[in-house]
Amino acid sequence: MAAKSIISRPVYGTLSPQPGKHHLFIADAEGALAIADLAAKAPADFFGGAHIIFIPGRDGKYADALEALKPAQFYLGHSFASALPRLKQTLANAHMGLRLYLAGTEGLIGQAMQAALEAGIDHTSIQTEHRGSLARRMQCVHCKGITENVTTQPATCSHCGLLLLVRDHYSRRLAAFQGVCINAEDRSEIPPIEEVFR
Amino acid sequence: MGITFRKETFRDDFTFRNSPEHIRRFPFPFHEDSYMYAVNIEPHVVGPKGSVLENLIDVDEHYVAEMQDRALVLAEDPLRCQSLPHMTLAGWDLLELLMEQQALGYPEHFMLIRDGDRWRWINRPLGIDDSFTFGDVSTLPYGPMEYITRQSQGDFCILDQRDGNLWMDAGMVTTQADWSLDFDIGMNFFEWHAPVPLAHEKGIFVRALKFLTNIQQGKPARRLNWTMTINPRLDTSPENYHKWGPDRATVTPENVGDKVHLRVELQSFWRLPRSNAIVFPIRCYLIKMDELVTQPKWARRLHRVIRDLPEELATYKGLTRYRPTLVEWLSKLDDGSATSAGFGPD
Repeated sequence: MAAKSIISRPVYGTLSPQPGKHHLFIADAEGALAIADLAAKAPADFFGGAHIIFIPGRDGKYADALEALKPAQFYLGHSFASALPRLKQTLANAHMGLRLYLAGTEGLIGQAMQAALEAGIDHTSIQTEHRGSLARRMQCVHCKGITENVTTQPATCSHCGLLLLVRDHYSRRLAAFQGVCINAEDRSEIPPIEEVFR
Repeated sequence: MGITFRKETFRDDFTFRNSPEHIRRFPFPFHEDSYMYAVNIEPHVVGPKGSVLENLIDVDEHYVAEMQDRALVLAEDPLRCQSLPHMTLAGWDLLELLMEQQALGYPEHFMLIRDGDRWRWINRPLGIDDSFTFGDVSTLPYGPMEYITRQSQGDFCILDQRDGNLWMDAGMVTTQADWSLDFDIGMNFFEWHAPVPLAHEKGIFVRALKFLTNIQQGKPARRLNWTMTINPRLDTSPENYHKWGPDRATVTPENVGDKVHLRVELQSFWRLPRSNAIVFPIRCYLIKMDELVTQPKWARRLHRVIRDLPEELATYKGLTRYRPTLVEWLSKLDDGSATSAGFGPD
């Protein structure tokens, strides 16, 4: 669990079965465990109306456990980017009664929520559960480039190379934390780089 | 006779200055010898002649130069002006408000002629004479918000009101005190204020939101906020922080009076009639220490405020690096005598 911080930082809950006709799950890595925990509490026919989009990541684990839930549709993605066209089409064709469940890393939850917001879904209606890595998706406020999987504080922008303070300030629209140059006033000051978002 | 607009810059050679009359009318933000956050909101009503409140939308001697600086910022970074798709109607509301107020306060410089939806806008200082159809975006060279805020001093945020909250859904932000519209657009009132220290715990934002969501049409409100800026730079955006940040390390006992500027924001809040949005103009006034201390009361008071400012606030406002130098310089102008009540100079 992430530590409590400022108000713009997302707060995640625990997935639970919601009333609805269709259930769309998007998860990566350990996020599968959140779906499995939900399944234990769900009615018998719950996954008959479910579509699971799962990105196992490097470990490649948990896919079998999710497939065993016998969802109406099951998709195994290589990356979020490769799953995105499918996700966008699913959201565009969705009807009233679709419920959305996001589980896994903050980067996955944030990007899936971004796609949902663009499709007109209110963020407060989306179930989220954080599992696994605390790595952050960061936007450089200077060059606007996004750096994925940031684990250090400060972190180097992968686009412009500035050394950035990774703030807790978060934008749902960008699905990213804000990175601001940490030594702008005196570039010769190089603070120690620590691995804090594991 | 109208305003004599100064030719000056807010970058590079920094030729910005205030005339003696503009020093006297500067909106000094401290009514006592100390400072802490408060919900210091009051009705935005017309104030004394010769003050920045003489008109509800103030146009001053820096108007033309500020609009030129805004055009430079937008050419470099168009993301400083953004409007989410549902905010166009609010943009027309804002265009109407600013044209009406500028024409009302400064008829020698601005004129608005209306014939139903056929409008003609004459802006003499900027050499603009445009005819357009109100409500028809295709008849203006920019969207309505961008069009009018390229001709109005101050930043402008348009806040959509829904779900009991205010949402930062449009804005023209080129003179900001270190916050990013591009990052904050789409956020609600609590989210975009999230990085502000101390104020959440004091319940400031809960009370401020309650006040703002109840603002009525024709009854605008205002408050002052402040920070400090090194050199008279309008564009102190986070986007360019790596460019202006080094200025903060250049303050010396010899150049404090010229380099250090008090930056005051006159923030006002207006309900817009068609969209029910709130527009939040953030008008920035700059004054260098040499100009400010020509008023002895302000010199004494500013010394006490900066010296006693809580550390979190000094850090948030970015004063840390030069505060000791500034306090030492101001202390020589503070004989310890009492200051009179209120904001104005003696």
